[in-house]
Amino acid sequence: MNCKSIVREISNYLEEAMEPSLKTSIEKHLENCEDCRVVVDTTRQTIQIFCNSEPAPLPEDTRVRLRDALFKHLNKLRTGPRA
Amino acid sequence: MSASKLNPLQPRTPLPSQVVKDDEGSLVAAAKAGDIDAFETLVGRYERKIFRLAQNITQNKEDAEDVMQEAFLKSYQHLSEFQGNSRFYTWLVRIAVNQALMKLRKRRPNQVSLDEEVDTGEDTMPREVEDWGPSPEERYKQAELGTILSSTIAELEPPFRIVFQLRDIEELSTEETAEALGLSIPAVKSRLLRARLKLRQKLNRYFKQGENS
Repeated sequence: MNCKSIVREISNYLEEAMEPSLKTSIEKHLENCEDCRVVVDTTRQTIQIFCNSEPAPLPEDTRVRLRDALFKHLNKLRTGPRA
Repeated sequence: MSASKLNPLQPRTPLPSQVVKDDEGSLVAAAKAGDIDAFETLVGRYERKIFRLAQNITQNKEDAEDVMQEAFLKSYQHLSEFQGNSRFYTWLVRIAVNQALMKLRKRRPNQVSLDEEVDTGEDTMPREVEDWGPSPEERYKQAELGTILSSTIAELEPPFRIVFQLRDIEELSTEETAEALGLSIPAVKSRLLRARLKLRQKLNRYFKQGENS
């Protein structure tokens, strides 16, 4: 296992989608390679930060336009001719 | 009349009497049976996420608004086709992604082809290797962090940005992402890896230890 193959396997490693023997080889490499440890750890944090991020509240004007548009169309669906 | 209320019309048929508030399945069943209030609850629950998804894909506020409206409308119109094999939210995301891709292709017809080969390249070897320490995001206020994340993801090319959005933000599976985008599973995996490494590199400038601490 070299650093390049660690990078190639980061996703599989973080998702634990790999053979146990490959996982063991990666962990052996990580024990001895600080750079790879940091890359794996900061990649894990990248995913977590995005995954945990809360979407911002909708701007009020956007929210009002959404409700108006849905109201108008759903109203039409309800009162329109039967399909 | 309050614009915040989706549809105050009285339904023609009796509605299911009870909707369990925190149960997506019950809300969807009620909406299918004609309960517009239940559908409004679903809209309220997911509008922020769908807007962010649309904004991240289209990178345009007007388009994102259109996408969000169209996605909710389409989901309502086609609710009877929703079989419940996946979460309602996953189904809604797929509708929104289709709408967003159409917008994106209209604006940038020559730049957005998701199914063509993209260079997932050899330049993924990390250049800057610096520790971030625990919980680097806590060094920023919520709004500030939101701005950092949205501007960082905006720097990715669409094929990478969209795969990352679906897999790591919306938490679709690799298979669901592949199906939603018409890509092979290996293509999703290689783009996701590239996207994660690129974002890691870009976030490094904010989160490396010593920055903003």
